[in-house]
Order: sequence, then structure tokens, then C-alpha cells
Amino acid sequence: MPLDRSDVEKIAHLARLAVSESELDAVAGDLSNILDLVEQMDSADTVGVTPMAHPLHMAQRLREDRVTETDQRERFQSIAPATENGLYLVPQVIE
Amino acid sequence: MHDKSIAQLASGLRAGEFSSVDLTQAFLDRIEQYDGALNSFITIAEQAALKSAEAADRRLRTGKATLLTGIPIAHKDIFCTDGVKTSCGSRMLDHFIAPYDATVVTRFDQAGAVMLGKTNMDEFAMGSSNETSYYGPVHNPWDQESVPGGSSGGSAAAVAARLCVAATGTDTGGSIRQPAALCGLTGLKPTYGRVSRYGMIAFASSLDQGGSLTRSAADAAAMLQVMAGFDPRDSTSAERPVPDYGAALEDEIAGLRIGLPKEYFGEGLDPAVARSVEQAIDEYRRLGAEVKKISLPNSALAIPTYYVVAPAECSSNLARFDGVRFGHRCDDPKDLEELYKRSRGEGFGAEVKRRILIGTYALSAGYYDAYYLKAQQIRKLISDDFRSAFEQVDVVMGPTAPGTAFGIGEKADDPVTMYLSDTYTIAVNLAGLPAVSIPVAPVGGKPVGLQIIGDYFQESRLLNMAHRYQQVTDWHLAMPEMQDLG
Amino acid sequence: MVWETVIGLEIHAQLATRSKIFSGASTAFGAAPNTQACNVDLGMPGVLPVLNREAVRMAIRFSAAIDAELARRSVFARKNYFYPDLPKGYQISQLELPIVGPGEVQILLDDGETRAVGVTRAHLEEDAGKSLHEDFHGLTGVDLNRAGTPLLEIVSEPDMRSAREAVAYARKIHQIVQYIGICDGNMQEGSFRVDANVSVRHPGEELGTRAELKNINSFRFLERAINFEVERQIELLEAGGEVVQETRLYDADRDETRSMRSKEEANDYRYFPDPDLLPVELDEVFIAEVTADMPELPDARRSRFNQVYGLKPVDAATLTVSRPLADYFERVVEVSGDTRLAATWVMGELSGALNRDGLEITAASVTAEMLGGMLRRIADGTISGKLAKQVFEAMWQGGGSADEIIEARGLKQITNTGAIEKLVDEVIDANPRQVESFRQADEKKQAKMLGFFVGQVMKASRGKANPQQVNQLLRIKLV
Repeated sequence: MPLDRSDVEKIAHLARLAVSESELDAVAGDLSNILDLVEQMDSADTVGVTPMAHPLHMAQRLREDRVTETDQRERFQSIAPATENGLYLVPQVIE
Repeated sequence: MHDKSIAQLASGLRAGEFSSVDLTQAFLDRIEQYDGALNSFITIAEQAALKSAEAADRRLRTGKATLLTGIPIAHKDIFCTDGVKTSCGSRMLDHFIAPYDATVVTRFDQAGAVMLGKTNMDEFAMGSSNETSYYGPVHNPWDQESVPGGSSGGSAAAVAARLCVAATGTDTGGSIRQPAALCGLTGLKPTYGRVSRYGMIAFASSLDQGGSLTRSAADAAAMLQVMAGFDPRDSTSAERPVPDYGAALEDEIAGLRIGLPKEYFGEGLDPAVARSVEQAIDEYRRLGAEVKKISLPNSALAIPTYYVVAPAECSSNLARFDGVRFGHRCDDPKDLEELYKRSRGEGFGAEVKRRILIGTYALSAGYYDAYYLKAQQIRKLISDDFRSAFEQVDVVMGPTAPGTAFGIGEKADDPVTMYLSDTYTIAVNLAGLPAVSIPVAPVGGKPVGLQIIGDYFQESRLLNMAHRYQQVTDWHLAMPEMQDLG
Repeated sequence: MVWETVIGLEIHAQLATRSKIFSGASTAFGAAPNTQACNVDLGMPGVLPVLNREAVRMAIRFSAAIDAELARRSVFARKNYFYPDLPKGYQISQLELPIVGPGEVQILLDDGETRAVGVTRAHLEEDAGKSLHEDFHGLTGVDLNRAGTPLLEIVSEPDMRSAREAVAYARKIHQIVQYIGICDGNMQEGSFRVDANVSVRHPGEELGTRAELKNINSFRFLERAINFEVERQIELLEAGGEVVQETRLYDADRDETRSMRSKEEANDYRYFPDPDLLPVELDEVFIAEVTADMPELPDARRSRFNQVYGLKPVDAATLTVSRPLADYFERVVEVSGDTRLAATWVMGELSGALNRDGLEITAASVTAEMLGGMLRRIADGTISGKLAKQVFEAMWQGGGSADEIIEARGLKQITNTGAIEKLVDEVIDANPRQVESFRQADEKKQAKMLGFFVGQVMKASRGKANPQQVNQLLRIKLV
């Protein structure tokens, strides 16, 4: 099933990825090719098959409710693009 | 010194033939001499390496050293290393200094290993040729116009060229095994859950697994001994005891049953590679193993399935790269939308963007059932194929890759063609099984890999089978001629 | 035109664990920005979530408290969207297989009637951080301390038909989560958040389009917000318009709901099971261990107060409105040995003092022991009920225990008959005219005039004479 420019625009928006005007067609073509490859899955009979989200048949381990992490704000924020008074800065969000 | 095994080096260190500092310096010199042409390293941590080496030398004198103490290794640049740049081969993390260590890194530090640096890789582990790295392609030491394979191409090239003794890698669809095959190395992907993923930057969480690229099965055993084990910081880490991987290496393999899936010897496989692999299987017959033809009927579905599951998971895993707390941020975003779109648009390369887009599409409203859910169902079918196989045989063998190392740029224009390089390796990740690739007879001067797949947590058996072959052959000892930079 | 209101509530209760749901960072309130956000909370590359056992235990307790189906196997799913306070670009939540299934609570309506409201499900998820929009020269500041705090999202059936019912339900859930110790219920601090889904329809018709109301941080505002919204929707529909499915913020200053501009597009959350977490499997042994020491639930406690302490239903309800209050009351009963006094004083003077000073019962300066001790002195006649008020006030201001204050101020009631008789005689001698009038008056008037003499004796004794004895002696002597 081929994807067109507007499909790519929608998906790119959902993924917050800038795709330039000039790239849209090429990307649509690439994605369509990949979807052709993927469509080979249709030949499989999967009626009644349990989806396998995990290779391991294990249950989730539960962790003890204890505070183990200390304040490392300085360290973590030393690699941040923009901070002030301990807060991360982003362009204003209007609610 | 650079051509010795881990055991030989450990011996030499203890005998005082050379020190870890000597060894480390020797490798640093080789890196300086040869890596310009290969581009296998992104970061070389010279000062830190020598300091570690000094500490290792002191430790060796106390008698409290381990097999890896003082041994110079490299880490794929996907493992977070505290205080050291961790780029994942991407512009997005070009300036990212990791603020903590991956568990794998901690384990090697505790063992006293010396980290020479971080190796080059396909961006965010997405690729089979190490051509998508922000830092440029890696060149195969066997033929510098050819790719080393990917995504752990840097680790493979570095070990093959003897720029380090061994290196860590990660494998999501074949990213350790395929480069191992293309570079003449032993590449081990353990069972999913055997090695902790904490600190290993996630690509596809249910497929990723850390492993190693080494010159031999014995070295791989040494590396796995350090890497394997339960980690409470990883919910998908298996709480299973770690056996002594070295102990089983010499075990008798006569009577073990080898399964050859007919689907792995069909169309698409280079006939010369097929012959090389068949020769290796003959060697196993001579060692007393039984060989049977089997079938893994859903093999052809592995690639389509993978290219839904992996992109879907990665589209979510890579959402955290948004220019807010770390990583690349675009200049002067006018609003939040622009911050996200431009930072991510600028930070990610084309292949990563393609996979994020496909993954986003596969999970989006209206498509989830047809794509993601269907893929997870096929995954079950593929796992079941292996389960049936392991009722009849002890290991499954076949070629690791359909051909030898291809030329740089040859497949880069067509993503789908590139994806087909993983045709024999991908199913293993979908099932979560362990597998190793070992070098067999080369073709046209280029390495060829034999893949051995085992049942869950059967790494000892895999290494045993690999080791026994390596005792009667010497493909794994071959070293490429290194062209001096002059 | 008859309109029917349909309301469903989504409540997010912050669970009172020490550490976060998926990391070991602290959940303590009020820390400096980003000092309680570890690498896992920040969504650093390579980090992984590990589930907090206590959060699971709390969900199990809630399930038991509302008699719900507890899922023996539940799955965490990723809800994917981009927002600055969501570090990973997805929230770990539960979708198809939540840990708590359908249950029900009984709500108490104004007229004393109870009715059942269904709970559709409750699931575990992680909280996001906070965005601060002021004072950053055109930028927004993000604090991720709250990111990763465990939440239990409790979803009701759309069973409520009025704002009052919605408030009663919200209060009930609020009471339950506090009673079982899983949430402190502090709406101002944001540890108990209520969102309302409101729609209207003609009775018998299909459900109308609903609006989701957010930013409501008190029960009072909940009622107002719903009422405003219902009116707004009715007006809109009667004028021929259509209700848009959207999120609206409640503005307490203007008492109105406003559409949230930024959320106009429906979000495609692309849910899928989180591959970093395995299914949560609960075995019977674990469940039994958790539910074994469940605290008594509010309805059961109210019932018990009614039966065991003989309290009127309305008093039993008042005294069990919160667990600390109920605990306090029972301790007072235990120490004083007198239920009636305990009920009177806890609902009277104590509550009065708490309200006056704006305090929660946990901050009361008079402990249950202290109050109980004082009530014992009333019961044993050491002081009169009237003087006890003085004693209470003195205790409240920090004057020590009841006994210490009684001693210090010499407030012991005079019960020595001889002493009282002496005082009575003095008063009779001092007021001959009133005595004469009394003896001349009829029974009814006498009853009224007795008060004057009692008052005089009490005054003469500085309030310490036992009023019953004074009364008795006066009756004998005035005749």
C-alpha cells in the first residue's frame, strides 16, 4: 500500500520529525517500499496465535520501596541545553 | 602482543613479560597508526586507558586479578560510559557525555579491564554496514573499500585489525554476528536477558542484546563471563545463575545433533559462501556430530516481521531525544513544535528517520492490528519453529550472511536491499535465542561466517561447538594485512 | 425540555510510596526543582524501569476496598505523545489489562440515602513532571521531580446524574484512599486530582458528546465546574449548536470552563505493551498477605460505631469521616471510658478549636490521651462540665495536662456536702427577700427562681460547687 506526501506529513508530525518539502516524495517512496516488504506478513495464518511481546516467559520483578537515588541535579544539568534555577527551559507552552 | 588471545595475554601479564601499560600503549599506537584508514573508533580515551592500565598492573601484583584485568578492550559507542562521550553514532548525541555507566561497562571496570575507547557504529544501531554513522563509514580491514558489516562495524573492524583485544557489541537483528562474519571474527549474541541492557542505549527493547566480538570462542567465553548475569536495574534481566563458560569449551561434541534448515540454503545465498559453510559442516561431521536437515517454515517472514517490531519499538524509544534535557538542540526554536521537529530532524540521519516513521505508522490508529499485532503473532510462530527444531537437534547451523563484505556505497541507496543482509540472523532475535558466528574458509580473500544457533541459555554449548572447530582449523587466527598510513 | 446530566469521574490518586513507581528517587513533596529526578526519571538514554512493590500492594488494597476484580495478570503499556513534562516522550500506563477491574462504592446522598456508583477500572501509571509558565522571559520551566511518582487512575462508570452525586462519589473515593493509607488526599498539593466527564441528553436517549473538565482542585470547585458545564451544554444544544468533544479547564476565579487551545487535535497515543516491563503476575499468597492487614474500611467503621458505641447514624458518619478522626475518637473513648462525653467533646469543642485555628486533627495540640484524661475528670466528678471548657482551652494553649491545670488553678469541684451546705446557708441568709418571694411562689415560678439561688451559690463557690448537690440542698433548705 503506497504512502503519499500527505501520509508522510501526518506521520512526521506524530513523530515530531521535520521532513522538508523536497524530501517528502523520496521519503514517501522509501516508506512505501518498506511497507511492500512488510506486507509479506499477510501470507501468514495467524488466527488464534497469541502475540509474543517477550522472548522470556517471566513475570515482572518487584522492587523494594526504598529511596536509593541521591540529588545529582548539577551533574545531569551540566549536559542540558538550557536550564535556569534548576529548571529545564523550553519555548513557552500555552495551555 | 597484539595477536595474542586473552588467556595468553593474561599469562604474559602475570609472568611479567609485559605490563598492562605496555600492552595498552601498544594498542594505542596501533590505533594511531591504522585507524585513520579504518575509522573504527569514535573516541579514544588515551589518558583514562593508561590510568586504568596502571591500576591493573597494581592489582595484578596483589594476586586479586581476574582474567580480563589489564586487558585492553573497546566498547561499542552504544554503552553509556560515565564522563565519556557516548554518541551512538549520531549527531543527536555528538556532545552527550554520559552521566552514568552501563552495567556492562561497570562489570568490565570491576574486572579490571582497560577501555581503549568507544567504537563506531551505525547510527542508533540501525544498519548492516556501518555506513549510517554520523562519524563516517567504517572500512573493513580485509578490504578497505568494503563495509565491515553493522551495526557493530567499528567493534568488528577494531578487533579484526588488532586495534584492541576484544570489543563489546550489541545485536538486535544481527548486528554482532553479521559484522563478525564479514570481518572474520567470533561474534556472540547471548540469549535475550542474559546480559543487562541497563545503560545500553535502546533501539528495539525486546530484541536488543549485548555481546562481544573476539578472535576466538575462548575469548568470547572470557568476555561473556564478565558480561553475563542478573541486574536488578533491568526488569528483562534473567535471574539465572551464570555457569563457568570456560569450563565447557573442551567438552566432547561427538553425538551432538546439528540441524541445517533448508530455508537457509536456498535462493539469495552466494554459492561460494554456501560451499564454505558446507565445508565447515563437514568438519563437524569429522568431529563426530550428526547432521540433519530440518525446516524452519516461517523463516521468510522474519524480515517483514522484524521491520515492523523493531521500528515500532524504536519510534517510541527515540522519542526521548527532543532537545530538552540532553542531546542536540536546534538554534532559536520559535516554539515547542519547532524545538522538537528541528532538533530531531537535524539530529537524526535518514535511516533512523525512516525507521521512526515506519514504526510510528505501524503503531498508529487503524494500523496497529494489521502491523504490530500481526508481527507479534508471527514472532510466536517463528519461536515455535525453533522450539520444534530443538526437539530434534541440539544446535542449528547455517551461513551468517548471504554474501561476503560488499562495497561501501553499494547498497546504501536502497534500504530494502540492505535489510536483506540480515536474512539469516533476524529470526534469532525475534525468538530471543543465543547464536554465535565463527569464521570459516574465506571466499575471494574475504571472510565468511558460520552461524550456530542454540536453545535458550545454551551459550556454553555454542561456545563449545565453536571452540572445537577452532581447535582443528585456523581461519580465526588469520589477520588482515594492515596498510600503514605512512 | 427535560435534560439528564451524565457524569463520569477520572480520579488520579498519587500513591504514598517512598520512592517512585519505576525508580528509586524520592517522592517527597516540596523539594527544590529537579533534585528528585534521577536518570531513570529524566529518561536518559539507556535507562530502564523497575516496578515498585509498594505501588502494587496499594493497588491491591484499593481493589479489596471497593470489592473489585483484581487482575492476576496485568500489563504496562506505553502512551506515546510529546510534551516537555513527559521526559521519555511516553507515559508508562496500563491499557487493555489494568490491575484493578470493575468494582463499586456506596455513596451517601444529602437526604441520607445511599446508592451504588460503579468503578470501571483502576490502573497504575507514572505521573508527569510540572511545567511552570511564569517568569522565564517567554520560556517555560520544567521541573521533573514529580515525574515517575506512582498514580492510581480510578475511572468511574458514567453513573452520576448530578454535581452533588459526583461530589459524594469523589468524597467517598477520597475517604477510602485515605483510610487504606494509599494516598494522603491532599488536593491542594495535587496528590488527589479529579477530572469530570460531563454530557447531557434527553432521558432515554443515547449518551451525548462529553467534555472533559480539568484543573479542579477542591470538592467545591468540582460541584461548580460541573454545574457551569451542564448549563453551558444545555444552552448550546437548545440554541441548535453541538457539543464538541474536548478538554476544558475550570477557571475558579471566573467560575467557568474554557476550552484548552493546545489540545484541539485528538491525540493518537499509539499504545503498545511496554517491552521494558514484563506482565505483572500476582499469586494468591501475595494477595492474601497484602489484604490480611487491611485497615477497617469507612462504611464498616461507621457501622461499628453505630452498633458498638450506640452512636446515632449521623454522629457515626461525622466521626468516621476521616481515619485520623475516627482513630482519635476511639482513643478518647478508651482513655476516658465514656462514649457520650467523647462524642460530644470531639464533635463539639475539639472540632470547634480545629476549625477556628484551621488545623487538621493530626495537628491538634490536645491529643486523644489528653482529652480522654480530662473527660475522665468530668465523669468522676472532679470538675463540672462547665469548668471543663476552661480546662480544655488551657490545654489547647499548651498549659499541660488536665490534671496539671485543675491543680494549678484550683478548679476541683466542691462535692463536700458540708462545704456546699455552708455556702447554701450563706446565700439564703444574704437574700431574705428572694427567699420570701420563693416561698410565696407557685411550683412553676419556683422552678424558675431556683436558678437565681443556684447561680449565687455557684458564684460564691467560684463555679466549683457540684451543681446537682447545690440544687438538692437548696430545695431542702428553701422549703
